[in-house]
Amino acid sequence: MSEPAAAPSIARKSISRKDVARVAKLSRLEMKPGELDAFTAQLRAILGYVHLLDEVNTDGVEPMAHAIDVRDVLREDVPTPMLPRDAALANAPATDGDFFLVPQILGGE
Amino acid sequence: MPPDPAQPYPTAADLSAAVRSGDRTAVDVAASANERIAAVDGRIRAFLHTDAERSAAWAANADRLIADGSQSDLAGVPVAIKDNLCIEDEPCTCASRMLENFRPPYTATAVRRLLDAGAVPIGRTNLDEFAMGSSTENSGAGPTRNPWDPDRAPGGSSGGSAAAVAAGMAPIALGSDTGGSIRQPAAFCGVVGLKPTYGRVSRYGLVAFASSLDQIGPFSRTVRDAASVLQTIAGHDPLDSTSLSDPVPDYLSDLDEPLAGLRVGVVADHFDVGLDKEVSDAVKGAIELYRSLGAETVDITLPHSKYSVATYYLIAPSEASSNLARYDGVHYGHRASQFDTLEQMYERSRGEGFGDEVKRRIMLGTYALSSGYYDAFYLKAMQVRRLIQQDFVAAFEQCDVIASPVTPTTAFAIGELADDPLAMYLSDVYTISANLAGIPAISLPCGFSKGLPIGLQLLGPALSEPKLLRAARMYEAATDWHARVPSLQARTGATP
Repeated sequence: MSEPAAAPSIARKSISRKDVARVAKLSRLEMKPGELDAFTAQLRAILGYVHLLDEVNTDGVEPMAHAIDVRDVLREDVPTPMLPRDAALANAPATDGDFFLVPQILGGE
Repeated sequence: MPPDPAQPYPTAADLSAAVRSGDRTAVDVAASANERIAAVDGRIRAFLHTDAERSAAWAANADRLIADGSQSDLAGVPVAIKDNLCIEDEPCTCASRMLENFRPPYTATAVRRLLDAGAVPIGRTNLDEFAMGSSTENSGAGPTRNPWDPDRAPGGSSGGSAAAVAAGMAPIALGSDTGGSIRQPAAFCGVVGLKPTYGRVSRYGLVAFASSLDQIGPFSRTVRDAASVLQTIAGHDPLDSTSLSDPVPDYLSDLDEPLAGLRVGVVADHFDVGLDKEVSDAVKGAIELYRSLGAETVDITLPHSKYSVATYYLIAPSEASSNLARYDGVHYGHRASQFDTLEQMYERSRGEGFGDEVKRRIMLGTYALSSGYYDAFYLKAMQVRRLIQQDFVAAFEQCDVIASPVTPTTAFAIGELADDPLAMYLSDVYTISANLAGIPAISLPCGFSKGLPIGLQLLGPALSEPKLLRAARMYEAATDWHARVPSLQARTGATP
């Protein structure tokens, strides 16, 4: 755990419009004009409420990521039928019949 | 079969008995369900899509299973399926523009087990988009109406499944419950809703929202029907590594046996503030009834339960932000038509494909997981989650079940909370901690206020479903709230 004492004070600053724009970018969500203001107000209210947790003493409490004890589950390493290629591609917005198609990523004319 | 006046809609048990005895065929029962949907769903809008032809084919298969001697309690029984559960080559929209044209290439294990038992899917039900919401208003297809009052919400996110059962369009339905999405709509619509222990039912083929909290469960009008569905869908599945390998007990054979010496835990804080008096009175009346049936009531405390909403609204959005990253406009789902770069394709496809509540939660989760905030938000929430779970462990040393309200109010009006997400979240206060702790919980009808149903919630320790269901049945057997149906039937004149 890194600097548990310092983290809450950073987070307690209320979220700004600029923060929300950054989070939208990180979330790969395009915002329409005007949306940012509404989301900022709503996220500010929700984050203001969740600071209720600050009053709970959690020193030494083991974080709980899962409701049950998660164990490694092993199975025999044998091949099983896989989704056929045409079924895997059937819902894709664009394919060439063998692969998913995406816009060009690397530069070059 | 002649309708029992106390049971104006046939239960799954009635229907399967009629089909197995040869009085009716599954094909005929499925056709009746379709007629009922056609007659009443124009105003309820519980269903997003139905396919009478495919239902008839499944029903014909059920008739073959019965001819071959099937003894399943669900053989020939129509079931409504929440539209976030995959059925091969059926639409599965999650009420989202993102998945409006998606047809999954496989079938969810829970649905597969129902089909193998001869149950007949008769349609896909409305939900809050990607199961995010408490009212079914966040649906790309528009809201479902509460059958008890069309101006009110049916609850959510499984509002379509709850309304379908309440309006007699299906005797049973499947939903999913991440923070109360089965129990809260069950309470608002006056039906039974069960969230099993985390991992009791395979999540394979359930569109993921928050993987450490999601669980599939039934809606029904009786505890017995809920137990029958659980009996059929529970159990380990190699396709879901988090599904429990513990053997599935018999939920049905001693269901009607009252529990001697039942200890019912009561939390004083549950009745403190923010709870409508009518709801409080009804739940206290239910606890009093347990006492009159010989149960002992035990005062217990759950000191961290007041933190459950805050904890949940960090953990669930964090998991959602990760799970919903898969919608990238590449493999399946909506892709924007106009873009210049790959990044713009992602952003625009997601911006166009998701509704506001989904965006809100993705951003909330992304924020809680982002550098500099992780410890203060996500890690802190996981620690408080542990304390919430430990509260339950301690409480269940003193009692067998905990009785509580399901919701602070009866069904709210459509639109009432739509502009105030935080107020909507706070309405989940009684249901959320069961998901955080992974324990089973059931909602059952326990009264009415101004014509709207009230729910009683019973919670039990992990894997205590046999006792939980028997405790629920004890209450049901002594009351007739579950037998009431909305006047919708009289207004439409259609019979199921």
